[in-house]
Amino acid sequence: MTAFRSLSRAMTLGLLRDRTAVFFTLLFPLLFLALFGALFQSDSLTKSTWVQVGDVAVLDDMPDEELAALSDVLTLVKSADREAALEDVRQGDADAAVWEEDGRIEMRYSAADATTAGTVQGLMQSIVQSANVAATGQPPAFELATDQVEDKSVKPIQYLTPGLLGWAIAQGAAYMSAFTLVNWRKKRILRRLWLAPVSPGTVIGARVGVSLAIAFLQVAIFVGVACIPFYGLHLTGYWWLALPLVATGTLAFMSIGLLIGAWAKTEEAANGALQLVILPMAFVSGSFFPNDAMPSWLRTLSNILPLKHLTQALQDVLSRGQGWGAALPTLGGLLLFAAVLTALASRLFRWDDA
Amino acid sequence: MTDDTAAIAVEGLRKRYGDVQAVDGVTFEVRRGEFYGILGPNGAGKTTTMEMIEGLREPDEGSARLLGQPSWPRDPALLRRIGVQLQASAFFDKLTAREQIHTFAALYGVGTERADAMLESVGLAEKRDVRDNKLSGGQAQRLSIACALVHDPELLFLDEPTTGLDPQARRNLWDLLRQINSAGRTVVLTTHYLDEAETLCDRVAIMDAGRILRVGRPADLVAELGVHNLEDVFLQLTGREYRE
Repeated sequence: MTAFRSLSRAMTLGLLRDRTAVFFTLLFPLLFLALFGALFQSDSLTKSTWVQVGDVAVLDDMPDEELAALSDVLTLVKSADREAALEDVRQGDADAAVWEEDGRIEMRYSAADATTAGTVQGLMQSIVQSANVAATGQPPAFELATDQVEDKSVKPIQYLTPGLLGWAIAQGAAYMSAFTLVNWRKKRILRRLWLAPVSPGTVIGARVGVSLAIAFLQVAIFVGVACIPFYGLHLTGYWWLALPLVATGTLAFMSIGLLIGAWAKTEEAANGALQLVILPMAFVSGSFFPNDAMPSWLRTLSNILPLKHLTQALQDVLSRGQGWGAALPTLGGLLLFAAVLTALASRLFRWDDA
Repeated sequence: MTDDTAAIAVEGLRKRYGDVQAVDGVTFEVRRGEFYGILGPNGAGKTTTMEMIEGLREPDEGSARLLGQPSWPRDPALLRRIGVQLQASAFFDKLTAREQIHTFAALYGVGTERADAMLESVGLAEKRDVRDNKLSGGQAQRLSIACALVHDPELLFLDEPTTGLDPQARRNLWDLLRQINSAGRTVVLTTHYLDEAETLCDRVAIMDAGRILRVGRPADLVAELGVHNLEDVFLQLTGREYRE
């Protein structure tokens, strides 16, 4: 066996036999994908429940086919007791209460859930509007047509997969390089390797090779899970550009790990520092939810974080149908980031703990 | 082919860390096939001296030649001819004894058969599937020596190989070290056990404050100073104050 292969094997076995490391670096992000993917399965259709008290002409006189079309978004429950209906809305058991008084349609909703409040009002407006238009016996003067900008197949999974995949890659690559550096320094393996006829390139090459192989495995598992019909990810044309993106991302996050590993004296310290860096970076970079709602200074800050650019470029190629134009600047930026941090880490490098 | 250059030729080694002159002009020679001990209290500069000789640190002044070649800058051709046991815990995480020695063997381009034979020769054949953290102190020391010997080096460095072992394990390790030496290899040993140095070493160098105080055969040193054993020699030369 060559030195390269045997070192790669030693590193791979060392990782796979460390159950905690396997769980937190490989399985944990995947669990997030499985969980978030199931939670946010269908946010495009928000179904609401209305309680109708007594007769309401616009609802009662609605043609059957229109009623059927509404059944996707609306469930109507009839009731005779207005107080009970209002209580249901207050408790959140129903989304709106509707009744008619002297030709006026009254609607009450709860302000506790702003999204639902907006949805039920909009829906009622359009029902009343079309009833008014129908009452005139004339065709409507203006018509509004709306559609979403994304592919019809867009689902939350197509935002979740790139975001969580980016986080998983960041976590795995940074952990592995920091841990190897600290552990090998502590156990004097670094010195032992220096005294063996093996070139530093072989040692570094083996470490990078194993990390890349694991990152590609993560891509395969993530995309594989997200593509099962239950989650329903649809890959767009240039999805394979995710591979060079993930490769350069791995180098960038390994350089973060190197910097932490060069500083930390123990594995525990390295692990703590990694969590302090990776988790906030993932939040600010929009790995878990879009960062549009963040204050603008935080969004500006996120521009220097490699994970933000990786996540964005992964979204572009995996689900927005973009190609080289979206990937190239990110590829270059991630490599530059890796080069700068590696140079910094090499200045902090120590052979032993003292 | 006989080669009469010294196994180790050290001349005027000096190393300073900030205000501390850790090694202050060390010169000595180790002959081929010799069993040589480097002794000294903590902080005497043993470790730094060894590190410069092995080629882990660059000397401020002076030079160290191993088998006729300078050990600094790093020379892979020379590294193939020397074996270094740094300490018992210099193992890869979570690998078994057999996987450890196979990994080290591969670094030197040595096949797995030779590695298995080496494991057997230090009496670890039965423990080959045991992970490094489950080995006893003596077993871990024997494994680390086997890893240092796997490429059949001409010159072997051992760093306190018997620290923390029980008397049985220690005696067994002595037998192993004698075998290694009688097979024609030069062995350089650092230790805190003076009885160990007295029984194993052909010659010892006693160091303190970054210098070599005395070099000689243990029996000659004992006779010269008119004391009972090497430990008396050591204490007479280095004093009895606590170190570090």
